[in-house]
Amino acid sequence: MSLTPPDAGSVADGTAHHEPIEDAWLVIPLFNEASVLREVITEARKTFPHVVCVDDASTDGSGVAAREVGAAVVTHPFNLGQGAALQTGIDYVLQTTDAQYVVTFDADGQHRVEDAAAMVRRAREEDVAIVFGSRFLDGRTKPGLLRRIILKGAVWITNQQTGLRLSDAHNGLRVIRRDAAQGLHLAQNRMAHATEIVLQLSRTKLPWVEHPVLIVYTDYSRAKGQSLINSVNILIDTIIK
Amino acid sequence: MLDQPLIKVILLVGIVGVTVLLTRSTAGVRHQAVRRLLLVGFVLLAAMAILFPPLLTQVARFVGVGRGADLLLYGLTITFLGYVAASYRRMRQLEQQNTILARQLALNHAVHEARHRPKDS
Ligand SMILES: Nc1nc2c(ncn2[C@@H]2O[C@H](COP(=O)(O)OP(=O)(O)OP(=O)(O)O)[C@@H](O)[C@H]2O)c(=O)[nH]1
Ligand SMILES: [Mg+2]
Repeated sequence: MSLTPPDAGSVADGTAHHEPIEDAWLVIPLFNEASVLREVITEARKTFPHVVCVDDASTDGSGVAAREVGAAVVTHPFNLGQGAALQTGIDYVLQTTDAQYVVTFDADGQHRVEDAAAMVRRAREEDVAIVFGSRFLDGRTKPGLLRRIILKGAVWITNQQTGLRLSDAHNGLRVIRRDAAQGLHLAQNRMAHATEIVLQLSRTKLPWVEHPVLIVYTDYSRAKGQSLINSVNILIDTIIK
Repeated sequence: MLDQPLIKVILLVGIVGVTVLLTRSTAGVRHQAVRRLLLVGFVLLAAMAILFPPLLTQVARFVGVGRGADLLLYGLTITFLGYVAASYRRMRQLEQQNTILARQLALNHAVHEARHRPKDS
């Protein structure tokens, strides 16, 4: 298993030289991200023309904004949580398209499109069904000490429960091939879905790899993202089903 | 540690039972029946305790607790934990059904939209 992306060269300048990827859909869980959303989707659509946002009853017009920049939008009638939104988005792609790949992607600008594109390419070239993004395969991502400890704890628990050996578990960037996506039936509505996804994907027995990605921690993402105290809730949800 | 062995065993088994309840998968009809039987048993015990207070104390002595009132408190604690576990399960079930319903609604709408306005991308 090689840990460097096959196209490490093109990562440097950040622009996509490659053809738009037509057989993959980005699934973006969306909750109150109006301030960064347009830019994130516009940028993403240059590489991934097909985007579906699952708007979880946002109150800041995120859903409308996503439509305006060309994403398909599925709107939950009330807030169900990120896990529920991912499942909805995956169901949407499976039901309305014949896309080969589902890419789970965050709306808050923390994921890089070129990482997602490299992961799809890798899935194709190495013929694997699942590519998990990992921020811990190299030293680029700087989550901060406490967050790192908590994330590593989450990885440990996930590995215990699933029997896989991952280096990062709560990473929202994943490429899931259609056959693997069909094995997903997430019941964890909120943040504890991360372990559940790994568990259900591991049960498909399909081949997987981890791919190094850079998660960008900005002031925005830190302010808006998961508070560290919420990891208590995630932990309990993960253990008590 | 070893002075009240019986009651400690009973209480610990009770707590383990509640924990198992919390982590086990779906509750069915059998679960419901068991819950109701437990409730009836509980009511009978409560009535007995009220009608014959010395009896409660005797039972307490037998299992190694000083007073009947203490035994009652322990019993209540376990029952309360069990109640919490059971209602948590129930709540999760309802949440699950709610989610499936909401998702179906959202998807129906979006799929309809996708079919009738072919993608212009
Ligand atoms: N549908 C939906 N999406 C959500 C919800 N909460 C967060 N999201 C989205 O999920 C993505 C990631 O959310 P974050 O809160 O940043 O979680 P995270 O990236 O795992 O955690 P951080 O490392 O703290 O940023 C973003 O696209 C959010 O808009 C929710 O309740 N419903
Ligand atoms: Mg985030």
